[in-house]
Amino acid sequence: MGLNIIVTVKQVPDTHNISGEAMKEDGTVNRAALPAIFNPEDLNALEEALKIKEQVGGMVTCISMGPPNAAEVLKECLYRGADDVILVSDRRFAGADTLATSYALKCAIEKVGDYDLVLCGRQAIDGDTAQVGPQIAEKLGINQLTCIAAVTAVDETSITVRRSVEDGYEIVKSRYPVLLTVTAEANEPRSASAKKVMTYKNIGKEVCNSSYDEAYLTPGACGVVSHIKEWNVETIGADPERCGLSGSPTKVKKIQSVVLTACESKQVPNTDAGIADLVHELIEENIIG
Amino acid sequence: MGTGKNVMVFIETRHGKIADVSLELVSAANGLAASLGGSVEAVAIGYTLHKELETLGRYGCRRVYYTDDERLAHFTSIPYAKTVVRVIREHQPGVVLFGATTMGRDVAPRVASTLQCGLTADCTDLQIGEHEIKDVRYEKTLMQIRPAFGGNIIATIVSPESTPSMATVREGVMKMIDPDPAGTVEIIQEPCQVADDDFLTEILEVVSEEKQVNLKAAQIIVSAGMGASDPEALELVRDLARLLGGELGCSRPVVDSGVLVKDHQVGQTGTTVRPNLYIACGISGQIQHRAGMSEAKRIIAINRDPQAPIFAIAHYGIVGDVKDVLTKMIKAYKTKA
Ligand SMILES: Cc1cc2nc3c(=O)[nH]c(=O)nc-3n(C[C@H](O)[C@H](O)[C@H](O)COP(=O)(O)OP(=O)(O)OC[C@H]3O[C@@H](n4cnc5c(N)ncnc54)[C@H](O)[C@@H]3O)c2cc1C
Ligand SMILES: Nc1ncnc2c1ncn2[C@@H]1O[C@H](COP(=O)(O)O)[C@@H](O)[C@H]1O
Repeated sequence: MGLNIIVTVKQVPDTHNISGEAMKEDGTVNRAALPAIFNPEDLNALEEALKIKEQVGGMVTCISMGPPNAAEVLKECLYRGADDVILVSDRRFAGADTLATSYALKCAIEKVGDYDLVLCGRQAIDGDTAQVGPQIAEKLGINQLTCIAAVTAVDETSITVRRSVEDGYEIVKSRYPVLLTVTAEANEPRSASAKKVMTYKNIGKEVCNSSYDEAYLTPGACGVVSHIKEWNVETIGADPERCGLSGSPTKVKKIQSVVLTACESKQVPNTDAGIADLVHELIEENIIG
Repeated sequence: MGTGKNVMVFIETRHGKIADVSLELVSAANGLAASLGGSVEAVAIGYTLHKELETLGRYGCRRVYYTDDERLAHFTSIPYAKTVVRVIREHQPGVVLFGATTMGRDVAPRVASTLQCGLTADCTDLQIGEHEIKDVRYEKTLMQIRPAFGGNIIATIVSPESTPSMATVREGVMKMIDPDPAGTVEIIQEPCQVADDDFLTEILEVVSEEKQVNLKAAQIIVSAGMGASDPEALELVRDLARLLGGELGCSRPVVDSGVLVKDHQVGQTGTTVRPNLYIACGISGQIQHRAGMSEAKRIIAINRDPQAPIFAIAHYGIVGDVKDVLTKMIKAYKTKA
């Protein structure tokens, strides 16, 4: 028994620590100069999944869609206690907007099959869209609870959570299956277990094509995953037309690098007199009282 | 009423009142609808809101499609999303706008997923323009403009091949127009077609909490960035805010690192403010921050880095250490004469 929990995790460029070097001369982004990290709120989603598993039992499967490199975040999931990890990777997924991303993830989740709970981060820091979670829920035809600040109760049939809303919060409950989007408020993610790092450090990938062996769907008999599963368009039974760029209704028309329009600005000397003059000027103009 | 020419706004209500963000979007929709040659419409969901919805007319909304049902009195995802989808399919707007609120960001992606149409989050500007894809020209389509990639770039996103084009916009980004007391709106009652078993979320408790900070209403805001986030500097920022009768604001990393709560955050993903005076202390001035404060009437920037982008939009720039400058400012204010 227990719950089958799926967590979607994304590898993202570290946009919070973006520096000048990340921008090329021509104003485009030099992705290579940006370190790739585990999307912060996906760590909160994973933590919540592990906590729920500890409470009611079950199995935690992490799925990431991305380039081969995204296997790194799946390793991080294993280090923290995930039972199984799946990399959804294929050139044909490239250029996906949130609609095409949610479609691919929905196909992968259906391939996994039995699930009670799907946990996503509220948003990925590369775009802050917070769209993929609700779009997966819609495509799976299941309920969703977004912006979760805390899981307040969980049992074999239902989950109760606190949602942060503009003017306060609400406590809501849903039966399974349901998708949750988890915020940073919900918990403090655990760090990697040294023992698990030893176990999984050198784990390889097992590419499954359409003729893959069903046996790969469950972790190894001794509870240790032997491979990061890699699934492509065929494995998850996706319609290539709905994947990647061709499945994305939104198109980037134009990218402009930011040019600051300088306004008329006064340099105030950092001296007692300079600052006193500024304060007086503001008082005289009735800006401060 | 031309198909695809109207601009529809999702109306969010809180405790029976239309949220400011919805009125801001209706205001902005006037310009978009004029460019498209259509009119401003709205989709509203709730219970006994008829009287309140009349407000929309004063902001230029011509028709509101209203689904009234006791079960819809409080927001839940599936019933609201299905209702919006039904209204969009029935009335075929060209553009649909949602507030980038917890409710808007819950419903809009679900609706976009059902309709398989484009949706752009947190737009900071919306325009109507033309776009060409593989020799097909779309004369009038929605330009969804937002900062991307850590704010180093501004992206213009279009989705002309699917209808409608949808976008979410944060509260405070669009300006509310002056209401016209003579403006009226036609309230069109829509049938509620949501089945009982679509109500999968059980609401156990709804708690309103008075916001601790009210940045939107503040005339003076003194804001702390990462350069003013240590306890000593932050205390000085607080002191100055208190002294001037202003509010305390901050940049996002200050919230992310747990120093201040989100209610203080100014910027694209925080609050958009237009105070008379904004004092940026130890804030570099990345676009996402500027998006929330660049329309302040006066901006004072304090930063030890003379190259900090904040100086480019500041009316007064002071290069120096925040603690040093703030101490001098507080002293100058206290001894004003
Ligand atoms: C999708 C997205 C949405 C975002 N939304 C927002 C948002 O809503 N609001 C927001 O603010 N940010 C937002 N950000 C983050 C934004 O890109 C910047 O990272 C952030 O604004 C930087 O905050 P900061 O200026 O406080 O910190 P930093 O960039 O670290 O700058 C600190 C500044 O302080 C100066 N300084 C340091 N020490 C001192 C000292 N002793 N005296 C004087 N000066 C000193 C430094 O020179 C530097 O300029 C968003 C980012 C993304 C990717
Ligand atoms: N490529 C992806 N692979 C796995 N999960 C994803 C991916 N993109 C988005 N997600 C999930 O959806 C959430 C919201 O993403 P976004 O809509 O991009 O802000 C993230 O926090 C992830 O949990």
